Amino acid sequence: MALDRELVGRSYPPSAVYEVGRAKIAEFAAAIGEDDPVHRDADAARAAGHPDVIAPPTFAIVVSLEAAFVVLSDPEVSLDYSRVVHGEQKFTHHRPICAGDRLVATTTIDAVRSVAGNDLLTTRVDLATEDGEAVCTATSMLVARGTA
Amino acid sequence: MSLRSATDVAVGTELPEQVLRVTRADLVRYAGASGDFNPIHWNDRVATEVGLPGVIAHGMFTMALASRVVTSWAGNPGALVEYHVRFGRPVVVPDDDAGAEVTVRGKVGALLEDGRVRVDLTVTTDGEKVLSLARAIVRLA
Repeated sequence: MALDRELVGRSYPPSAVYEVGRAKIAEFAAAIGEDDPVHRDADAARAAGHPDVIAPPTFAIVVSLEAAFVVLSDPEVSLDYSRVVHGEQKFTHHRPICAGDRLVATTTIDAVRSVAGNDLLTTRVDLATEDGEAVCTATSMLVARGTA
Repeated sequence: MSLRSATDVAVGTELPEQVLRVTRADLVRYAGASGDFNPIHWNDRVATEVGLPGVIAHGMFTMALASRVVTSWAGNPGALVEYHVRFGRPVVVPDDDAGAEVTVRGKVGALLEDGRVRVDLTVTTDGEKVLSLARAIVRLA
């Protein structure tokens, strides 16, 4: 079923706080083969000018994709998740995500399109600290194949 | 790691090419670390049922591998300020010890304000592009 164009601009309430842990950052860095010490050694990170270990740039997806599920569970968004593939991803980093950050995600539907029988849904997740400091914007375009 | 200065690069400057090997074990580790447990990234039965040639790498894993080429060149993992990719074709990862080979090339596409440069990436497997667009903006020293 095609997605309703009226969904564009819909925003969801802020997520629960995600507390960024050093161990999670180290685990993610190891999984992508990134061995820079700023991801696992707080002293090395401080020497490089960061308050604590920093996350690799695509770590933001760990927080943003979970937040974006609020869209897929919206009863007015009829998207068959078993047919969904990731079409496009963009991150804008205002600063690196850092261990100890307490992040809140706010999700908005940025665009809805149908192209060649596929439904395209673009979600934007704004990650900010609890105190409102903007950290990262993650924009994901999901493609539901053959559903439009 | 030494920091790369914006004064040392020009449009057309090439980043060192990297050839990265991706095995099933890498996909399982990435699934755990990222929380993306979609079975198409570890289960052949499910992958072929949905019409894929076999288990494929997470697009986000390929995106992460390509980012390493940029941040290691910049000498600073915190330097990447913007990163945009479009997933073109999947990286099929066979169930053997060799896995798939992903080649990442990068070239400076533009010099921007405040020491930022745009790097255009070309990511291929078996000679075919897997990302139909891949651009990173890094802030150099």
